[in-house]
Amino acid sequence: MPQALEGSQALARAVAMCRPQVVAAYPITPQTHIVEGIARLVADGQFECEMVSVESEHSAASVALGAAVAGSRAYTASASQGILLMAEVLYDIAGLRVPLVMTCANRALSGPLNIWNDQQDSMSMRDSGWIQLYCATNQEAVDTTIQAFRIAERCELPVMVCVDGFTLTHTLEPLEIPAQEQVDSFLPPYRFRHGLDPAEPRSLGTLVGPEHFTEVRHAHHQALLRAQAEIAQADADWGAVSGRQYGGLLEVRGDADSGLGILTLGSVLGTLEDAMDEDPGLPRARFLKLRSFRPFPAQALREACAGLDTLIVLERALSPGAGGIVGPEVQAALAQLPTRPRVHNFAAGLGGRDLSLDLYARLVTAATSEGDPAPFAIIDADPSLLPEEDR
Amino acid sequence: MNEQPVYSLDTLRSRQPRFRGLESGHRACQGCGEALAARLTTEAAGPDVVVANATGCLEVFSTPWPQSAWRLPWVHSVFGNVAAVAAGMEAALKQQGRATQVVAFAGDGGTFDIGFQALSGMMERGHNVLFVCFDNEAYMNTGVQRSGSTPHAAMTTTSPPGKVRMGKRHMKKDILSIIAAHHIPYAATASVAYTSDLRKKVRRAMDTEGASFLQIHSPCPLGWGHDGAATIEVARLAVQTGLFPIIEMERGELIGTLPIREPRPVSDYLRLQNRFRHLFADDYRARKELEHLQAIADRNIERFELRGIRPESYDTEGADTVHRGGDRWA
Repeated sequence: MPQALEGSQALARAVAMCRPQVVAAYPITPQTHIVEGIARLVADGQFECEMVSVESEHSAASVALGAAVAGSRAYTASASQGILLMAEVLYDIAGLRVPLVMTCANRALSGPLNIWNDQQDSMSMRDSGWIQLYCATNQEAVDTTIQAFRIAERCELPVMVCVDGFTLTHTLEPLEIPAQEQVDSFLPPYRFRHGLDPAEPRSLGTLVGPEHFTEVRHAHHQALLRAQAEIAQADADWGAVSGRQYGGLLEVRGDADSGLGILTLGSVLGTLEDAMDEDPGLPRARFLKLRSFRPFPAQALREACAGLDTLIVLERALSPGAGGIVGPEVQAALAQLPTRPRVHNFAAGLGGRDLSLDLYARLVTAATSEGDPAPFAIIDADPSLLPEEDR
Repeated sequence: MNEQPVYSLDTLRSRQPRFRGLESGHRACQGCGEALAARLTTEAAGPDVVVANATGCLEVFSTPWPQSAWRLPWVHSVFGNVAAVAAGMEAALKQQGRATQVVAFAGDGGTFDIGFQALSGMMERGHNVLFVCFDNEAYMNTGVQRSGSTPHAAMTTTSPPGKVRMGKRHMKKDILSIIAAHHIPYAATASVAYTSDLRKKVRRAMDTEGASFLQIHSPCPLGWGHDGAATIEVARLAVQTGLFPIIEMERGELIGTLPIREPRPVSDYLRLQNRFRHLFADDYRARKELEHLQAIADRNIERFELRGIRPESYDTEGADTVHRGGDRWA
């Protein structure tokens, strides 16, 4: 039966159902309600774990790492500056192939200070070697969190579940919380194969010189590529348990026959779908919901683009001095197709700027207008707020 | 030619007098105080231990993949987070109901400087972790740069003496006082020159429930510029001059000291090391710095009441030096 729950509270309950033995987190907006929710479940005796309230995100990631290598299922959550502060530990967790799960409540990075949603925080960890899954709804975030533990543990890789800050985390909406038995059947107890045990001493995180480091990186790369099958499998298997599926790596929605495609990550998809549904006068679009950003599903993307002549890549992050972050990757993946759509790359909604229904029409107009469009644009930048030379 | 018998690793280990957490064959420099301190610590801590290790010489010389000198389960993450990693390991082991204990190893950088925040948090939360600082008073792994632990006036590559400077300009951070302010159950200093004292303190820390801290003075022949064979002598002189007081604290209260019967002048200690060579130049400022260092040592002796009063039958090197307290070998 659906319940009306705030996204963060739903996530706290989903995490508890996965039975992590150690939870470490430091509060940061908009992630705070998740750790608060977990703390309340622990305080009420509804969830038994070692909850370590640390003194920084650097330590939150480190405690999770320590707990995982000591053989426990571990979880942490963060956002924005917190992700940056724990960056070196995140790289280390991935490089050491430590399985654990983190929620990233996506938020813009400073400066200037901005607490609202965009996705530059997790995008900045693109090359850390974590699996990154982006969620379009709170229901997807709940289900993806449960899947994430299984993916992490089977692939021996950390998984970051990216949830748009405020847009999802602070939004009350009806969703299904699975039964504990469903989660237990999907997620058996786990012990890290390479964990620390005095009976079988093992050195983790040793100094690795040039004669072996390349192979370490190669193996890490291969592990991420192989994880694609596991991500799709986890989604399918959880679908069999819960009745809900999200397309594995990438989901095609909207008008599958349309030659106009829009690729997005996260919660903006709902806005675009509503806009298209509400105005029959607008061109129809095929929506590509990119769920797995790392590993990047190049093959699935090429298949999903069959028959498209225009593809809009809309992202909620910016790489200053370059433009889009996802856009160039999409273009690179499509480059080897004999016939490929023209790709238009737009950023929108930076720092929490509201993405309203007219975004859809603006995107379609910009991408289908006459002439050679610019390779990249921030589509919702307001020229009247800009100095002359920046317009 | 004589046939050399071939022993298996198990045979060699079974012939060792006691458990060794850090095996021989690692790549530390000759006379490395840290390697000795790590071996003594792991011997005393015993086999049912997991180790978290901060970045530094100890990590680098003991684990060049595919080799490892560790016989204990061991993990290295990054430079500044060893206390937090150890805290996570402790939380996990506690949740699993296991008796295995956690030891964290860091140099002075991972303790006094970059690792300080995580250390403070770990102590505040009272994790049952022994944090051991191998204090060699500079960043030795990166080539001898100054740290928060480098003594005043010492020469390092980032605090070189020159026409206007006389080595490091700042005081050595008083880490024990800062640790004491956390009111943890047990905190102590130790020296590689006083091995039974060191072992006793490790065992005491392991028996203590909650966070404990041990700062082990570990000379670095390379960084300090002394003969590798003189490591123990140098370490002992640091104690005997009062520059490195050996003390024990419970919940922030001083409970024990290693007294000095006849304190030696600091110049006896400084003269053996290149890092203080500039203090022996014929220079007014050098003399002032020597006086300053002597004053620091005198202040330590006064503050911790280190001056011993009676001869002690169990002293290791003559009746006129140190007193170990109690009547039994540790």
